[in-house]
Amino acid sequence: MTTERSTAPLIEIEDLHFRRGTHTIFEGISLQIPRGKITAVMGPSGTGKTTLLRLIGGQLRPDRGRIVVDGHEVHRLARSELYRLRKRMGMLFQSGALFTHLNVFENVAFPLREHTRLPERLIRTLVLLKLEAVGLRGARDLMPSELSGGMARRVALARAIALDPMMILYDEPFAGLDPITMGVIVSLVRRLNDALGLSSILVSHDVPEVSSIADYIYLISEGKIIDSGTPEAVRHGSSAWARQFMEGLPDGPVPYHYPAPDYLDDLINTGKS
Amino acid sequence: MVSLLQRLGHFGLSVFQSLGRAHLFLLRTLWSLGSLTWRPRLLIRELYSVGVLSLLIILVSGLFVGMVLGYQGYITLVNFGAEEVLGSVVALSLVRELGPVVTALLFAGRAGSALAAEIGLMKTTEQLSSMEMMAVDPYKRVIAPRFLAGILAMPLLAAAFSAVGVWGGYFIGVGLLGVDGGSYWSQMQASVDFYDDVLSGIIKSIVFGFVASWIAVFQGYDATPTSEGISRATTNTVVYTALAVLALDFILTGLMFSA
Ligand SMILES: Nc1ncnc2c1ncn2[C@@H]1O[C@H](COP(=O)(O)OP(=O)(O)O)[C@@H](O)[C@H]1O
Ligand SMILES: [Mg+2]
Repeated sequence: MTTERSTAPLIEIEDLHFRRGTHTIFEGISLQIPRGKITAVMGPSGTGKTTLLRLIGGQLRPDRGRIVVDGHEVHRLARSELYRLRKRMGMLFQSGALFTHLNVFENVAFPLREHTRLPERLIRTLVLLKLEAVGLRGARDLMPSELSGGMARRVALARAIALDPMMILYDEPFAGLDPITMGVIVSLVRRLNDALGLSSILVSHDVPEVSSIADYIYLISEGKIIDSGTPEAVRHGSSAWARQFMEGLPDGPVPYHYPAPDYLDDLINTGKS
Repeated sequence: MVSLLQRLGHFGLSVFQSLGRAHLFLLRTLWSLGSLTWRPRLLIRELYSVGVLSLLIILVSGLFVGMVLGYQGYITLVNFGAEEVLGSVVALSLVRELGPVVTALLFAGRAGSALAAEIGLMKTTEQLSSMEMMAVDPYKRVIAPRFLAGILAMPLLAAAFSAVGVWGGYFIGVGLLGVDGGSYWSQMQASVDFYDDVLSGIIKSIVFGFVASWIAVFQGYDATPTSEGISRATTNTVVYTALAVLALDFILTGLMFSA
């Protein structure tokens, strides 16, 4: 491996452990996210995909292991350094997390107003540029409550790229969208990645959409990496669990039933809980 | 029995934990206040919204409280033939006690609960989280301006309350019950001392403003991010502020009385 900055992975995660109370979420995960590519982290709901993004963004602290983003070990940084790093990370929250008291224009302008001293004309130009990129230049005067789910996510995306970050973290960008909006977002993720020279980290459980755009996939379940590779390789890989997940089969190594006492016993014992 | 003890212990622990969180929260908020010096507009906006939220209810309540004081004071004083001092009774009650205390209680119900709900909702909808990921510190951007605005607004609102209350007492005492108007004002001027009365009232309302704003922003920030969490935060804000204000009023009055 070369030591050159530009070819070193953008994010390196080594032996990550994380728990919430007694519930273990990550049990020694190591992965690398290259520059300029779309890397997907997939797994069933509740495996900790959102948690992983928050760990990368430094909002949560790992119990063990380290996370290195662009050469900086996230959890060793002072707050001001962490904030400097975060300015180069865009994050798209699942809910969009738009500021409800600001309109679309002001939402996208928010990071620019907070972090730059640009004149109003330039801010306007930049905001319209970002809104045009997501196709919502015409919606600039709407309030977040007037947007559909897909539009809110696109506005949030425009806001995430306002400061021209080096990477974007997407949390479930395809969840709960109709097919057309889904297609719009899928192509947007790909186009932004290639046109802006970004790196994208995409966390999702939507197999077909992710397979169609991801360059590389990590599959996680129960705190461990189950499989990794290109979408093609993972689908035809050796892991039965991975095949079940990628094909979306209801039963397999992951049982259909949540662990429960014997069905018949349960029905007979009406007295007890 | 054991489970009762256990539950009691658990409750005690969680109370201490949340008190600890509240104090850490306060430290970070105080630390963040400095950043408002380069962004006074954030403060002014919050001052405006806190003030406007509460002003009408404060004025109306002040008027009624003053009118009631006018009646009650008159009924007692007239027995001693001392109804000319009505002005000083009304003014002293308002400036020393009722102004700061009732204003703080109304503030908690109107502005405090609104602050808690607003911040709690920002947390629930991940607006605070996304702000952090945009490298904007929510303590500086959201918490500190609201906290300081509450502290600054409280004495102003209490002053408005007392001023309107004095007029309310005047309407009833002078306008309705026939107390001499000249002696209403002159008795008031003669008996209200700036240091003993006005200043102690201002100190009280600054303390109340501090506590009421602290409770409100903390309850919002610490809310469980669900709809029940927000509703609990707003209720807690009103209840805790009322208890804290009444208890502190007792302590402060004791201190000022003995001094
Ligand atoms: N604030 C929290 N406190 C306690 N547990 C949480 C919290 N947030 C998430 N969890 C738990 O952590 C696990 C992983 O959550 P999450 O990262 O949101 O999963 P995913 O995004 O993969 O659906 C879940 O079991 C969830 O119940
Ligand atoms: Mg999630």
